[in-house]
Amino acid sequence: MTDSNETDREHYEAVVVGCGPGGAAAAVRLADHGIETLVLERGTDAGSKNVSGGLIYAEDSAPYTIDDLFDGFREEASERPVTDYYIHNMAGNKVKSYDLTDLHEDDTDWCDAVLRRPMDSWLAERVHEKTSETGGGVLTNVRVNGLLRERGRIVGVTCDELDPIEADIVVAADGVNSELAREAGLMDWEDPNEWFQGVKAVVEMEPDVIDDRFDIDEDEGVAHLFSGDLFEDVRGGGFLYTNEDSLSIGTVFHLDSLVEEQAEPHELLDALLTHPLLARWLGDEYDEREYSAKLVPDSKKVAHREPYRDRLVLVGDAAGQMQAQGPIIKGMNHAVTAGALAADAFAVTRGNADPAAAGRRYTQMLEDSGTMDKLRPRRYDLARTVGERDRVTDAVERVLDSRVGSLAIGNPIADRLLQRAYNSPFLVSMLPDTRTGYVTLPSIIGEEHGRTLHWESSVEPPSLDERIGDLTYNTDIGNPHIEVRDTSFEASGAAVYACPVSAEDFGGGCYRSEEVKRNGTAATVVSLDTQPCVECGTCAVVADTEWEHPRGGKGVEFREG
Amino acid sequence: MRSVVLTKGVPDFSDGAVSFDEDGHLERGKTPTVMNPNDAFALEAALQTRVRHGGHVSGMSMGPPGYAQVLEEAMEAVYTDDSYLLSDRELAASDTWATAITLSAGIETYQEEIGDVDLLFAGFKTADGETGQTGPQTAWALDWPIVTHVIALDIDPDERLLRAKRLVEGDVDEIETVEAPLPCMVVTDPEFEPTYRKASHRLTHKRLREETQNRAAAHDRHLTTWDHEDLNLDPDYIGLDGSPTIVSSVDPIPKAPSEREATMVDPGDSEGMNELLGEFQPYAAATNGADGPNAAEGGD
Ligand SMILES: Cc1cc2nc3c(=O)[nH]c(=O)nc-3n(C[C@H](O)[C@H](O)[C@H](O)COP(=O)(O)OP(=O)(O)OC[C@H]3O[C@@H](n4cnc5c(N)ncnc54)[C@H](O)[C@@H]3O)c2cc1C
Ligand code: SF4
Repeated sequence: MTDSNETDREHYEAVVVGCGPGGAAAAVRLADHGIETLVLERGTDAGSKNVSGGLIYAEDSAPYTIDDLFDGFREEASERPVTDYYIHNMAGNKVKSYDLTDLHEDDTDWCDAVLRRPMDSWLAERVHEKTSETGGGVLTNVRVNGLLRERGRIVGVTCDELDPIEADIVVAADGVNSELAREAGLMDWEDPNEWFQGVKAVVEMEPDVIDDRFDIDEDEGVAHLFSGDLFEDVRGGGFLYTNEDSLSIGTVFHLDSLVEEQAEPHELLDALLTHPLLARWLGDEYDEREYSAKLVPDSKKVAHREPYRDRLVLVGDAAGQMQAQGPIIKGMNHAVTAGALAADAFAVTRGNADPAAAGRRYTQMLEDSGTMDKLRPRRYDLARTVGERDRVTDAVERVLDSRVGSLAIGNPIADRLLQRAYNSPFLVSMLPDTRTGYVTLPSIIGEEHGRTLHWESSVEPPSLDERIGDLTYNTDIGNPHIEVRDTSFEASGAAVYACPVSAEDFGGGCYRSEEVKRNGTAATVVSLDTQPCVECGTCAVVADTEWEHPRGGKGVEFREG
Repeated sequence: MRSVVLTKGVPDFSDGAVSFDEDGHLERGKTPTVMNPNDAFALEAALQTRVRHGGHVSGMSMGPPGYAQVLEEAMEAVYTDDSYLLSDRELAASDTWATAITLSAGIETYQEEIGDVDLLFAGFKTADGETGQTGPQTAWALDWPIVTHVIALDIDPDERLLRAKRLVEGDVDEIETVEAPLPCMVVTDPEFEPTYRKASHRLTHKRLREETQNRAAAHDRHLTTWDHEDLNLDPDYIGLDGSPTIVSSVDPIPKAPSEREATMVDPGDSEGMNELLGEFQPYAAATNGADGPNAAEGGD
């Protein structure tokens, strides 16, 4: 049925795409300025698509923190504050633990563990209240599928579920794999080297059991980080955070490393879950509430220095603003800062005839507030050219692997120095992305200084099949959101391993490889069934696909996140 | 824009809720009453009109006091502003004719007391009577145009015009576009689907939902009950006395045999499968006729 007034397009002063921390911060700040703001979120509820580790930081130096913008955030939307912070260097059954609380507390006002479904859902309610006052609001189940252009200029958005909408500013807070950022030509999804893949399990545990096993009070929480040889040679690490009545346990790996090693993400997670070190915390009863995964951009490499085009500004993961400061992962806090700054930038340039005025101001504010330098330190760009050159790495590796290297790290003075080095925000943020930092060094530390664990783990994580079975999906039947463009194994085979819900020889996942005979010659081809997809974004980068998010309300629905 | 939606209660025929006696007769007393499933589409159409054009939507039902529950359901489902229940002992046992007279009196009373109605919505057939007559008879009694089998709806408030797509079933289903002046009665088809392609419409929808939560919780305060005197109806023309239809008898449909013998055969069990195929032999012969592959064995 045609609408009688189809010709007059809807217009909002501001359209915010995505209601994660970045979108929520942008929207409340816009509403604070009295700007009519419409928020479009593809999930059936804000948070239903989102995954983080997740520790949300409030940095002393940040111009905005989440509790500045949302009163009562810590009391109502977060889990436990993180009061202790450790890293464990592992070599087989030997473990050497360092207290990293100094690093954790550097520039930290507070830091809480969060679960994204409850957190984002809470934020969205506040955002809706606020934005309703200025004539807007939050709509869920709406997927923005493109940019509305007029004479080549971005003037709004197009959606699967709604007619095109014009806006004076479009804030793309649509997270990692931002379709808008890509369409605007600001980001691409080509190089696995620019991403991490995060995989996570939320594990059920009674609050008093958590207090008891982690030796904390009810209003305290801990963070444990893991690195070393338990993940074979895959570069990355593991984490465990305490929530109110659950644990978040997960892994974050360099995507290029996962691909190179042909590692299975769920097996790496299981290696952590079943390590004897975790046995004393997990006990005998392992009850996994949710398995999830998502890509994480590496701001050092991809944070866009000028994240705008015309009336479009990018905030948060969409702009690559996800900082991996060694083991500390800071994405949510930067998304909040960026969202609020983008809103302020629009407010001060409102009425300016130049459509890109807000974007330019926002870029300036990212610089002036020091945010951009945290995300993408210029000194890293310099160091990277040296640190990552294979020759240098090889040389360092060889020394470390040698008897001399081990001895050097193994001596007691080195032990103290190492703990200090780990606690240095500067050193940690400068570590090159090589095996050295992630595998070699931690293994040697574990080997040389570690104490041996003499117990076994009885944890039996669910199979991939069970994990998929426990997830909630609203499948868009007959309308798959990903299509494989090139089905040859060379082009798309990496997804069979790297997809967190696929595995070699597992028929129930997304990606499969099979032998087919074509013209008498056998070839391995890749096929895809998107039903079990958790929308992590991995195959958008590692395989040759036509990749979109599902329509509004369709696809996976996380309950924990 | 002011709309009234007609809705009624029907026995809940869903599994677990419905109760039959030994002879297969419905046990009304033991079966809960729910909103007529087809009314949901009428309600959605009224809501869509409200969301797009603003205004007021009232729910109206004729039936025993228990139907207040059905009107409350309607309020929760599609955010009606208030409810009107036409309820009276004198109205009991009405056939479709007497019901239509009563409903039209309800609308007339509503127009006198509350305000002029632009649109009257009704669902297609009820789940118990299945006559599909009440709607058209009500329109006739009001002397309003009626558009039935509506699957999509658009209102032009300035022109006071309704444009609808109706599904005309036949050998080939056709979709007909019709126009009618307001006020008008609209009978929705189960294929009716509301569409909200404007953000502002969805925001309105969401606001209405939020506002309704409190209202529905205190439904009694938004419910008006009218008896035959309020409706200015002569008892001779309503209820059983006013109903020309006489149901002479109702034949229960014989119960299907409730138990069948089932044997489970594992496809890997070749002996079992052979036996099973043996059982099929006679039928295979019968359907394949003389040319069938098994004709020789099965035929003699
Ligand atoms: C395993 C893992 C561990 C992590 N650990 C941490 C941690 O400990 N601390 C930390 O700070 N960060 C962590 N992160 C990173 C953090 O989750 C992100 O940086 C953060 O969520 C970015 O926020 P955002 O608002 O930019 O995007 P998101 O939170 O991803 O929100 C984007 C929103 O946009 C919606 N959306 C997307 N596309 C569309 C569309 N087309 N139309 C409408 N809506 C759309 C999505 O549904 C979503 O709600 C972790 C990430 C992972 C995967
Ligand atoms: S199919 Fe692609 S997007 Fe979906 S879970 Fe697998 S890798 Fe992630």
